[in-house]
Order: sequence, then structure tokens, then C-alpha cells
Amino acid sequence: MEYTPPPFFKRGPSLLARLSFFALLSLVLLYADARFHYMEGMRKAIGVVLYPLQRIVDVPGEVASGIGSFFVSQSYLQRENERLARENFLNAGLLQTQQELIAENRHLRQLLDMKERAGPTSAAAEILYFGRDPFSRKVIIDRGSSHKVEEGAAVVDDTGLIGQVSRAFPWTAEIALITDREQVVPVQVVRNGLRAAVFGTGYDGALDLRFMPVNADIENGDVLVTSGIDGVYPAGLPVAVVSNIERNAAYPFARITCTPAAGVNRHRQVLVLSRLAPLPEYPPAAQQKKAKPRKSRRDG
Amino acid sequence: MMRGSGFSNLSTEEILLPVRPLYVALTLVAALLLNLMPLTGWVLVLRPDFVALTLLYWGINQPRKVGFLPVWLLGLAVDVAEGSLFGQHALAYSVMMFSAIALHRRVAMFGVRHQMLHVLAILLLMQVVVLAVRAAAGGEYPGWRYFVPSVIGALLWPVTRFLFRIPLRSRRDPDEV
Repeated sequence: MEYTPPPFFKRGPSLLARLSFFALLSLVLLYADARFHYMEGMRKAIGVVLYPLQRIVDVPGEVASGIGSFFVSQSYLQRENERLARENFLNAGLLQTQQELIAENRHLRQLLDMKERAGPTSAAAEILYFGRDPFSRKVIIDRGSSHKVEEGAAVVDDTGLIGQVSRAFPWTAEIALITDREQVVPVQVVRNGLRAAVFGTGYDGALDLRFMPVNADIENGDVLVTSGIDGVYPAGLPVAVVSNIERNAAYPFARITCTPAAGVNRHRQVLVLSRLAPLPEYPPAAQQKKAKPRKSRRDG
Repeated sequence: MMRGSGFSNLSTEEILLPVRPLYVALTLVAALLLNLMPLTGWVLVLRPDFVALTLLYWGINQPRKVGFLPVWLLGLAVDVAEGSLFGQHALAYSVMMFSAIALHRRVAMFGVRHQMLHVLAILLLMQVVVLAVRAAAGGEYPGWRYFVPSVIGALLWPVTRFLFRIPLRSRRDPDEV
């Protein structure tokens, strides 16, 4: 019988064994998250634990900005007040014409027997901090699923579209900015109604308008708004302005660069729009066609 | 010459109080809070990974005090806070901890300046692991600025060492009999 003397010091498994175990565990998690998005529940649980820490860290900044805003000069306030009054006056005029337009639009849609477009409701939120992941462009806001912020909802500021809610935690939400490399927004050129898709570049202040033929009717300064055909973004939100066009006949597509209309770095306040009503069902004819082969197979 | 300076450093090394696990946990929570600071612009680019730096300190100075499980869980917490892939920092911190514990006897022989070089190498290794994971997941190289936090972290090593040792200094005068 073999005899092994008792070890002098209990040290547990070797260093390499421990590293391999945890590395393997991490790789499994990474694969499950990147490929199948299985980890959202666990992510939310950890997010809830982290929330109080995040609020604690936010306190110094809030106190500093509170003290700063307390010592604002009188003249600045007066100027600001004047500007706001002027803006309010202008907006009141626009609002009145808009109400008239809404009524007229509804009437025309009824005349044409078209589906009514439901206007999205919105909730104001504040940007807590910018995402620190250097591989993506994200911001975190202080409203979450407990404030009815849904995943996939569009987020705007006062000048245009900022992005889309990519993850909703109970009290915070993660917004993927339109400049994120993986974000695509279906847009329409205001001037001529041309439809296209805007891709994020991963850099601040630049968007790509891809897959447009070299001879496409697009000019510098063209305003791009959401087309609304994706069922995610409501139609008509300003997205970007075309800033540079390179037409090279050697390539099938033109290189078109745009600047985002919204200023993500300028404001702290954003609006989260509610998700649009779900798209109408497929027409019954198409469904029958799809279902038929399955049925016949089962019969046979 | 270098060897001599290393040994002289060893001989003047002060004797510190034993480290309590609660103190280690407190420093790690403080580091996580610093990591969660809401920052923007250039500060965000320069910001070192405080959690990694703290873990590295304990890995090099007290390799028996921090196990792999807390390190791994902290990595997951950092992943959630940053909104990155779930598990990338857990993996990177595990690799970092492994290299810190494997090298801790060697690093302790050097003076602070040479320790900084070791720290820089280990922090860069940690970031390269993250980069590799993101590259495998389809990410793109974010530019040289990506590695700036490691350099800043290595430059902060003497400060970290000094701060972490303040509560561990013996309050009694060693010359007192």
C-alpha cells in the first residue's frame, strides 16, 4: 500500500489549476454572452448590486454642480430667461401650426383609409455617465425598467436622435449611441425622400451613409431623418446632416460621411420615447402559403 | 550596482502590521467606486483601472490574501458596470492575478522604479487579454490610446504602495524598549 506523508502546508490546488478553472469559466460565460445572450439575467442581478455604489459615486458630482449652479451670476440668468422666453414664443407659434397639421393629417389619413400613426409617449432621463468600454459607444441613464424604459426604445435630445436603449436594468438603462459601430438607423433624405441606412463609425461626430450608388442624388448639407419603416424609431426624427461626399467611379458605392444632428456630448438630459405599436400581422395569404408545406408533410 | 540597490531596498523595508481580510475588501470596494466615477472626455481616456491596480498590489504583496473567486467576481462586476462582454474582465483579472502571484517573489526583490516596469508589463498583459477577447467577438482595435490606462496605472504604483501601507504601519516607535 502506498503511503504519502501529510503535506506540511495546505495550499489547495496549484496556481495554474486555479487559473485554468477560472479562465475556462470566463470563456464559457463569454461565449454564452456573445453568441446567445444568455447572461442578461445575471447581468441584471449584478447591476442591482452595483446600483447603490453608482449612486454613492454620483453624489460628489451632483453636489459640485449644485454649488456651481447656486453661484450663477444674475446677468447670466437674465440672459437665459430672455432667450427662453423668446424660444418659447417661437415654439408656441410652431405648436399651434403643428396642432393644425396633426388634425389635418388625421383627416387626410381617414379620407385615404390609412392606419392612424400612434405618437410615441416620452419620459425625461438624465445621463449618469459615459460607458467606459473603449470598443463601443454607450451612455448610462438614470431611468430603467421600473420607470417603464423598454429595451429597443429610441432616445432623443432636443435636436435629434441619440440612440437606442440596448439594456434596461431596474433603475438604470444602457443606451447604444448611433455612433456605435453596431448601430444602424434607417433614414430618409428630407429633400427627395430617398431611403438609406446610416451606420455608426465608432467615433464621436461621424456617421457613414453606406451602400448608396455613386450617382445617388445626395448633396452636402442634406438632412437625414428616420424613415420609420423599421418599427423601432418613430418617423421624422433628425439623425444626421451630410458633411462629405466622395464619388469615385472605381467603387460601386459613394463614400458619404455625416455628422449627427443630436449633441450627445453637450447635454445631460435626454428623452426616452416609448416603443411603437407592434407592426401589423402578416397578411393571411402569405401565412397560408408558409403553413401549407408543413401541413402536407404531416398528412403524408 | 542594481543588485546592490535591490538588497539595500530589502534591508530598509519597514516591518508592517499583518493585513486583515477586511482591509483588503475595503480597498477593493474603494477601487471599484473609483472605477465607477462618472467621467467624460480626456479624463476617461487617461483613467487607470483602479480595481486592477489594487488587485495587483495585493497579488504582489499578499498573494495568500486574495483568492481567485473574489477576483473573478470583481471582474464580472466591472463588466456589468462598463457594459462590455460578460466575462472579459473576469478572464483578464484572473490572468493578471496569476502572473502577479507567480512573479511576486521576484518583484519584491526590486526597488519601486523597477517594480513599476513589472506592473506595466502585467497591466499591459491584462489589456491584451481584453483586446484578444474583443477581437474574437468581432471588435476592432480602438487605437493606441487604449493602452494609456496601463501606463498611468504603472506610474501610480508608488502612490498605491504608499497609500496602502499607511494603515499597516506600526504605531509604536521601534526604538522604544
